[in-house]
Amino acid sequence: MSIASVSTEVGPPPASPPSPAHKPKGGGFGRYLLVRFLLIIPTIFILVTVVFFLMRTTGDPITAAQGGRLTPDQLAERIHQAGYDRPLFIQYIEYLGNILRGDFGTTLSDNRPVTTILVTYGSATAELAVYALIVAFVVGIPLGMLAAYRRDRGTDASLRVFAILCYATPVFFAGLLLKLVFSVWLKVLPVAGRASTGSELQMQILPNKTGFYLIDAIQTGDSAVIADVLQHAVLPAVALGLLTAGVFLRLVRTNVIGTLSTEYVDAARSRGVGEFRLVRKHAYRPALIPIITVIGMQIALLLAGAVLTETTFEWKGLGFQLSQYLQSRDFVAVQGIVALLAVVVAVTNFLVDIIAALIDPRVRY
Amino acid sequence: MNTTAPKTEALSFKTPRTGGFFSRLPVVHQLRQSMGWQRGMLITGLVITGVFVLTALLAPLIAPYGFAQRKADSLAFGTQQPPSGEHLWGTTVGGYDVFSRVVWGSQTALFVIVIAVVFSIFLGVLLGLVSGYFGGWLDRVLVVLCDAIYAFPSLLLAIVMSIVISGGRSSMWGGILAAAISITVVFIPQYFRVIRAETVRIKAEAYVESARVVGASSSRIMFRHVLRNATRTLPLIFTLNSSEAILTLAGLGFLGFGIEPTAAAEWGFDLNKAVSDVSTGIWWTALFPGVAIVLVVLGITLVGESLNDLADPRLRGRRAVSAASGDVAETSVVPGGTLTAGPGGLDGLETPDPIGDEPGEVRS
Repeated sequence: MSIASVSTEVGPPPASPPSPAHKPKGGGFGRYLLVRFLLIIPTIFILVTVVFFLMRTTGDPITAAQGGRLTPDQLAERIHQAGYDRPLFIQYIEYLGNILRGDFGTTLSDNRPVTTILVTYGSATAELAVYALIVAFVVGIPLGMLAAYRRDRGTDASLRVFAILCYATPVFFAGLLLKLVFSVWLKVLPVAGRASTGSELQMQILPNKTGFYLIDAIQTGDSAVIADVLQHAVLPAVALGLLTAGVFLRLVRTNVIGTLSTEYVDAARSRGVGEFRLVRKHAYRPALIPIITVIGMQIALLLAGAVLTETTFEWKGLGFQLSQYLQSRDFVAVQGIVALLAVVVAVTNFLVDIIAALIDPRVRY
Repeated sequence: MNTTAPKTEALSFKTPRTGGFFSRLPVVHQLRQSMGWQRGMLITGLVITGVFVLTALLAPLIAPYGFAQRKADSLAFGTQQPPSGEHLWGTTVGGYDVFSRVVWGSQTALFVIVIAVVFSIFLGVLLGLVSGYFGGWLDRVLVVLCDAIYAFPSLLLAIVMSIVISGGRSSMWGGILAAAISITVVFIPQYFRVIRAETVRIKAEAYVESARVVGASSSRIMFRHVLRNATRTLPLIFTLNSSEAILTLAGLGFLGFGIEPTAAAEWGFDLNKAVSDVSTGIWWTALFPGVAIVLVVLGITLVGESLNDLADPRLRGRRAVSAASGDVAETSVVPGGTLTAGPGGLDGLETPDPIGDEPGEVRS
């Protein structure tokens, strides 16, 4: 929520398809694909560069992590070994070269390659994001349709306030409240983690683990494990999903009301089609197209939200790792994960744009 | 000289805006019959925001204890005490008074909002204006740079910035500045985009042409003719950024990147400390700072939404009108909502105006 979320309100996202009037039409899907793909490169390049130089202006990561714990001599020795005493520009070129080879650095605190962290923990974050999106769809879309159907009335007003509340509540506070009510007071759901220890042990021994706990749980074929995994997922998914649900709600409402005033809906209305049927059958489908575009923007929000949600629920994903490394002041790891996430965001945005273009030809350049 | 001129200009448009807003309150009155609940939303928002600002300003008078105070009359408060007459909202795991820290926290939040928004309006508006007015390679570079930053999760960017500024731990003003500057960096692209798009549109208007023919200097045209007309959506972004500033600050605090508890009170940090409390059923350390965040963001957002509705003539109409103008009628301050919003929202701003558009102009 971010807050952070909160990052997306004012402009259409750079990655989002421009409105049709943007450029003269022409060129087919292939050209769009190519242009859109080439746009990823400068985006990633800029972000990686910005992050690199910002992080290095603070000094070298070894002093940040070990300062005070080592003698100045030891410190200088370590810095020299790691090459942080060389000119910044040379370090930068080397860093870029490493990234091109897929090497995002090695963490200082536990000496693991950052890409390994992505492989190990990325699935947990992806799983959480998928659950959150499901919650967002299930909550946001029907409520948005309802708000459009009951527009300008009490229901609509309260749904509007609900949507603002979804945005106004930081995910970690929503998470804490949910925990308090459902885990501590009602004791119906687990407090934290992705699965209980027993289930995790059962999943550990699987021959081909995916890291997606639900898939792994299904592989064990034990319904108790599946139930356990699902129970653990409910609260984090709701906490993170509500944030996006508010966005979907507003978007569906706006677009359904928009399509309700189009001529084809007017035509249907004049044929005597009921208002509810108009919303459900006629106005709803075209109103969903912008949702697909918005998901692209939501990925960035979801990732930021995931960092906070995972910290709240000790959900051992990328975000949880990031906050661990933040706490241990391992800035090499932080820089690596942030750079890697930049790539993930850019690539997901690209994929979402392609899907949007496949579904709605109007968004192509 | 040039650097001060934009600042006063950039800020002076705000004053008439707010003044205009209050003088527009009768409009709200007229809305009562058709849009009763909307008026309610505005008033609710104003009241909440007002209470927040007052609490922040009067914090020393309201808070019974200091934000870093653990004992009174050489008697320790005790840790995790439930709410009582002595401590209205109980005490935290660190032995601080929850009520006092929530009150003091509003002060921190207000400082951060003011600094962040002033910085980002100043820089974002200036860059957007120059970039949109002069165009050229500088414009291209700025657009690409802002787009890249814009696409990135703002919290992660704020984390990087706060590492850069304070190494992650800081005193009160150091922490406030670090948080504010981190947030500024995230916001600049937003102001930049909006102002630039407006500038590009307005630049081609007849009155700008006339000013140029008369021989007005570039800076005069930019600040007198273009800026004045390019700022209509700023109140909306202003409220939006204020609420986002609070959420980002809280997020940073929650990750342990906020302000040290002895330096200032910060809601996100207190929530971080409350995580382990919640598991043992201690609710008061999490509930009150969290509710404070929600209320302030809610209040500011409500004001922003209503302001936005009022600023758009098409939204002032009766229900029939707003229903007829469907998609225009809903402009959102909430993430994602503006996407298809129409004038006042993004599409309206960025879709080229048939008159103002220049062929070949890169818009993004």
